[in-house]
Amino acid sequence: MEQLVYKKPDSIRDDFKITFCPGCDHGVAVRLVAEVLDELGVRENTIGIASVGCSVFSYDFFNVDIVEAQHGRSMAVATGVKRSKPDKIVFTYQGDGDLASIGIAETIHAMTRGEKVTAICINNTTYGMTGGQAGPTTLLGQVTTTTTQGRRADINGYPIKISELLKEIEGTAYVARVTLDSPQAVVNAKKCIKKAFEAQIKGLGTGFVEILATCPTNWKMTPQQAHERVRGEMSDVFKPGIYKDKVSEAK
Amino acid sequence: MGRIVLNRDRCKACYICVDSCPNKVLEADEKVNALGYYPAKFNADKKCAGCAICARVCPDMAIEKVYR
Repeated sequence: MEQLVYKKPDSIRDDFKITFCPGCDHGVAVRLVAEVLDELGVRENTIGIASVGCSVFSYDFFNVDIVEAQHGRSMAVATGVKRSKPDKIVFTYQGDGDLASIGIAETIHAMTRGEKVTAICINNTTYGMTGGQAGPTTLLGQVTTTTTQGRRADINGYPIKISELLKEIEGTAYVARVTLDSPQAVVNAKKCIKKAFEAQIKGLGTGFVEILATCPTNWKMTPQQAHERVRGEMSDVFKPGIYKDKVSEAK
Repeated sequence: MGRIVLNRDRCKACYICVDSCPNKVLEADEKVNALGYYPAKFNADKKCAGCAICARVCPDMAIEKVYR
């Protein structure tokens, strides 16, 4: 007797069309969030906040209500949604250019207030949708369309380490940085995303997961080389791990 | 013996599943799909363990169901 071991999550729309480039980790991240919503049984009770960037298409994939925020303002919109509907599960799905550059003020202040929302940040060290410009997380030496000689610390400054920054904020209950470069890493990432949602459900504070993702198109690599880069130079600078976990402590 | 249901018109030929499959059940197809890629193909002659690793790493959700 055949047993079904995997199927598309219910929190993904039936008529979805993945519009990301081949090999982009965004698709895996979207699916993991959807699987977590399914497992927690909160799909009917969830409001998502879409952002600007490649992550903008979340309203095409998620089978939940989605509000589209202006560039960088997802956490501010999430604050409003959560405060007016406190019984709803609210999450944002943002890129690093949205959360850590234009939206860093909204992010830090929402987390300082300890808003009971979940933020998922896709960190691919570049502005993917607009053609690969240098972003806040671009690594030193990385060649982009606006740092053609590689990012230099004396001119362009240093990459921002989002998880290290946000773990210091008292309002955050869960901060983790994960990768999606191998099957094991994908399973681990899902556990971390689930914890970030549990932080919200238990009312402990903001849950935050930073996902180190690939951008094969703008890195000008194959998907396999891009995963190698995540494992190598990206993980050296942005060290994966769980930075703060009030969820396990509260159990 | 496991089995997967692969929607070949969703596949964008990144072949992450081909590299990840422990039993090398997946391979590149020789025919182009609706998107213009050579999608991954399930080789039913080889033993699929039904581990669903391919489905978990697929960025395009092209692998819709996995049976074991």
